Order: sequence, then C-alpha cells, then structure tokens
Amino acid sequence: MRTIIQSDAPSVVAQSLTRIYGRGNTEVVAMREVSFHVRRGEIVALLGPSGAGKSTLLTAIGLINPPTSGKITISGCLVMDGPRPLVDIRAFRRKYLGFVFQKANLIPFLSALENVQVALEINDVRPRKARKRALELLDYLGVADRSHSLPSTLSGGQQQRVAVARALANNPSLILADEPTAALDSHRGRQVMELFRMVAHEQKAGVIVVTHDHRALDIFDRILEMEDGMLRPSTTGPSSCGAETQA
Amino acid sequence: MNLAIRDIRHKLSRFLLTAVGIGLLLMIVMGMAGIYQGLSEDALNFLNRAKADLWVVQRGTRGPFAEISRIPWSLEDRVYAVTGVARARAFVSHTIQREYQGKPLRIVVQGLAWPGDNGNELPLIAGRAMGQAHYEMLADRTLSLHLGDCIPLGKDVYTVVGITTGMTGPSGDGFAFFTIPDSIAIQYDTPGEAIRLEREARRSRLKKQDLGNTQPTLLERATGPTSQLPALGTQNVSAIMVNVAPGVDPARVAKVISGWSDVTVYPNNAQRDLMLKSIERNRRQLGLFRNLLVIVSAIIMTLILYTLTLDKIHDIAMLKLMGARNRTVVALILQQALLLGTLGYGLAYWIGLWVFPYFPRRVAITTENLVQLALIVLAISVLSSLLGIWKAMSVQPNEILS
Repeated sequence: MRTIIQSDAPSVVAQSLTRIYGRGNTEVVAMREVSFHVRRGEIVALLGPSGAGKSTLLTAIGLINPPTSGKITISGCLVMDGPRPLVDIRAFRRKYLGFVFQKANLIPFLSALENVQVALEINDVRPRKARKRALELLDYLGVADRSHSLPSTLSGGQQQRVAVARALANNPSLILADEPTAALDSHRGRQVMELFRMVAHEQKAGVIVVTHDHRALDIFDRILEMEDGMLRPSTTGPSSCGAETQA
Repeated sequence: MNLAIRDIRHKLSRFLLTAVGIGLLLMIVMGMAGIYQGLSEDALNFLNRAKADLWVVQRGTRGPFAEISRIPWSLEDRVYAVTGVARARAFVSHTIQREYQGKPLRIVVQGLAWPGDNGNELPLIAGRAMGQAHYEMLADRTLSLHLGDCIPLGKDVYTVVGITTGMTGPSGDGFAFFTIPDSIAIQYDTPGEAIRLEREARRSRLKKQDLGNTQPTLLERATGPTSQLPALGTQNVSAIMVNVAPGVDPARVAKVISGWSDVTVYPNNAQRDLMLKSIERNRRQLGLFRNLLVIVSAIIMTLILYTLTLDKIHDIAMLKLMGARNRTVVALILQQALLLGTLGYGLAYWIGLWVFPYFPRRVAITTENLVQLALIVLAISVLSSLLGIWKAMSVQPNEILS
C-alpha cells in the first residue's frame, strides 16, 4: 500500500471519532464524535479530568487503539476509516509518529544513545548515520554528556529528554505525549514542555500533549478540553480554535 | 544494532549462569551418547581387531561373547586341515575378579595362540608383545596396571609386559592377554584340596567300573594330574578363529566345518550381530535415557527463553509502538536462543573433555555424534524459542500504557 504524505497538510485531522468499549448492557462510550485538527508546528494541550477520554483519543490518533467510527488523516493521508486501517499501521507509526509517555519507557538494556539509535535503525537508517543523528538529537536536548549511560543511571528529567529525542528521531509529522511531565517536578516539567514547544516550532511537527499541569498552559498554542468523551470549549488558556466542538 | 547481544550484555551473569546450566545438561546428553557409542565400540573392538573370517564355537551355542562355549583345543588342528584355511587360532575368553592391592580387579582374560599370536597386532601404548609361553601378560590401561606389575592369578604370578589401549569388553571391563595355556590355567584354577578331593572321587568312580578293575594302571593314574589322563581329560578353549586363504570363499570353508556335528560356525559379521544383540538392551536403555534428556533439555530451554521473553514484554511493546517489524522482535528472541544453545553446547563439549575421562565406562565422542548433537541443539534452540516468539507476537503496543 502506497502512502502519500503532503508536507503542507495539517499534522492530523480527526473527524467524528467515536470509541465504544463492550456491547449491549456493558457498552461504554469512551469517546463520542470528536473532531479537531492540529497544524504543523503547532503545540496543543489536551486537558480533562480522569476518564474524560483523553488517552482514548491519543491512542486512537496514535494508531494504537482504532476508533469504532470516524476518520483519521495524518499529514494529508487518510489512515483510518472507522476501525479499518488504510495503511500499514506499524510502518506508518515508524515513519510519521512519535510518542512520549508519563514514564520515559526507555529500553533498559540500551544506553541513552542506543535508545534513540534503535528508533532510527527500525526505520532502516544505516547504523552509522543513525548514531550520528542520535548524538545530534541528544545534544539538541542537552543530554549528550549522558549518551552512554543506561536509563537506570539517568534522572527522571534526563530520561524524559532521551524519550523526547527518541520520539523526534525520524522527524515525525505528529508527536503525541501522554502526561509527559507527571513524574517530574514543576521546574523540570516546564523545561520538558518548553522543549516540546521548541520541537514543534523548529521541527514543524504537530504536538499534542495530554496534561494536568495547568501551570505550563501558557506554553501551548491552543488548548483542547475533553469531558465525558467529548471535546468542549476551553475555559482555560489561549484559545480552542481548531476544535470542532459539539453541542 | 543487535538487540539480543545488548540484552545479554545487560544481564550477563544471569545469562552465563543459565548457559552453564544448559551446558551441564547437554554435557550429560553428550556423555550418554558417548557411553552408548563406547558400548558398541567396546563390544566390537576385539572382533574388529581379530580380523577372523570365521568363528568355530561349541555346537548350539552363540559363541564366546554371548554365552559359554567350550570346544577342545585340538579342534584347532582339525580346522587347519580343512582346504582353504590359512590360519586357525584358538581363542579363550572369560571374566575373573580378583583382589589386587586391596582393590577389586575385574579382568576379561583373553588367550592368545602364542607364538603365532603374541599380541603385537594389539594397540600397544607401552612395553612389548609377549616374549615367552608363560607368566607374561598384556593389560589394557583401563585396568590401571603398570609395566612390571606382578599379578598373582591362580597358582602363578604374571608380569605385565605391555599396556594396550581401547581393549575393553561390552561390560566395560578391561582385557588382559595371556597365552592360551596360561588363560586356561587361570580359568580352571582350583584349590589344592578340591584337586585332591576330585582325584579321590575320580578313583572311586573308576573303581566301580570294569575299566578301573581291569586297568590297574589307569586306576593309578586317576589320582594323578588331569593332563596325564589323555583318555579322560582335555583342555577346552572358547572358540577357534579361522582365516581363509586369499581367493577362498569363507562360506565354502564354513560349509565344510558346519558339517561336523560338534561345532557351529559363524562368519565374522554374524558374530558381530550376536555381539551387538547381547548388548542391545543396554544400548536401548542408554538411547532411551538420552532421548529423555534431550526432551528435558528442550523443556528447560523453552521455559528459560519464555521467562527471558516475559522479562522483556514491556520493551517489546515499546519496540512495536515505535513500529519495529516482527522480524526485529523474532530476531531478538531467536538470536538469544541460538546463543544460549551454542554457548551451552560449547560448554558441554569443554566440560566433557575434562570430565569424561573420569567416567567409569569409556565415553566415545565421535565427530558424527558431535554433529548430531549440534543439530539437536540447533533444533531445540529454534523450537524452544517458538513459545517466546508466540508470546512476543501477541504483545500489543498499547501494553506500554499499562
């Protein structure tokens, strides 16, 4: 299956995404008719209480948990039509998506450098070139001096920086971050958020960050809020422009 | 980047300990195969070296290696007289157990037809062949005897003049070679009191017969040595080994000798089959045990590799989330399985080199057995990784979120 990516298209466009778990009496609607888009170079915060459906939305866009219905278009390429993938999902994730989680989820038996390098080699980048790019990224994120350290010897902030470097490795069009600062103190949390902003603007990637940290909302270009599986007009921060909110 | 090597490097001591465990297990499998092989080789060793075309044994018996066979020594001359026979050698074989230097010593006594056969065709590693008709012996090194050792057997003392190698019987006992008269003397050694009682009994039996009453000289001789009673006593051997002349069909000679009503003739390969049949039960037992060990090794390796995979489930989920292909994940598990198998095999061989010589039975490691075990280990490694691979394939990327 050939994937055609448009460099000027929005990073992601979600149309009427719905996710239903279970059937009949046990049916739970985790996400209902969610539509929005994120432009390239834009950093968007996704807020909402626990159980609002933030992670469901993020994993649907990240092609991890397919929606029950709705369409997902990434960089101009329609990738999901309902639960049916229209592309090789794993290959698409490899090339166009980057993930950062609350826990850094670094591979414990690889050094910081190798954790970034492996993401590149998975994408068929030659080892020497992958190593060079990984070193550049670690340098860019300020952890080059710890490149040969194992994750267990890095601080939480350093681990998260390495995780960001890994997410950036293949120049993704969309970076998805699920509470990336939850395990960090406010100072380091803000540093990481600023890092995402820098990445979004400099790398021209769309960044969606699920967060509960209201202290760093000024960093985001736009804020989306979810409640009961639906997007609603934002009551905090800059604007909710770009979210097609439901009534 | 080789993820398997990186993972092993991270948990090196654990991996090495596991490999040592697998290695010890494989060493036992290798040892069982070696004992199995050694049993066959030991059984056929003498037959192969004797290079006889035909074996003449007591009528109705299966030969000296399967059961007791007694034929008169004089049969050697009778066989020699058959047209086409180039060589006929009497053969004596029996097992004895004596005490030597406070330890039990089990010997398979083999009689050689000295001077025609003085043992110089045997694999001597020290000393020389037999140089006289009596009181010398050649001992296999498994008997732990040394050149010059004087071994009392029966009423005589025998000096070890040569050491052979690889000359053991199917039971694993070492061979010792004597001249035929000496081996008979050892076999029929009886205490003086038993001899006196037998002579008296013989005289008593003879007195009850007409022959004894009418032949006073015979009655007088009945109380003397058996060898002085040509009509009553004879020396028995176990078999006669026959070599036919070049160009003569052994089957033709066998047909002639088979016509005699007191003997049975076996070609060498029939004797070989009989020999192998006599150890068949042991061989099957060892083979079964070895196969069970292979299965146990496979199960243990499967569990180890499955556990190693379970330890990495989170990392595998992360790799899949990053878009790693299935082959990357399969390679991670399969390469570890193959490394574990290879290292275990290498350790098994290395440890075996040190340990096997101390086994009570000969462990014969052949290239064929090593290649066979290597293929088995390869198959075990691949098969045992399948469970881990199946588990890894069933991991979903969203498990990283849990």
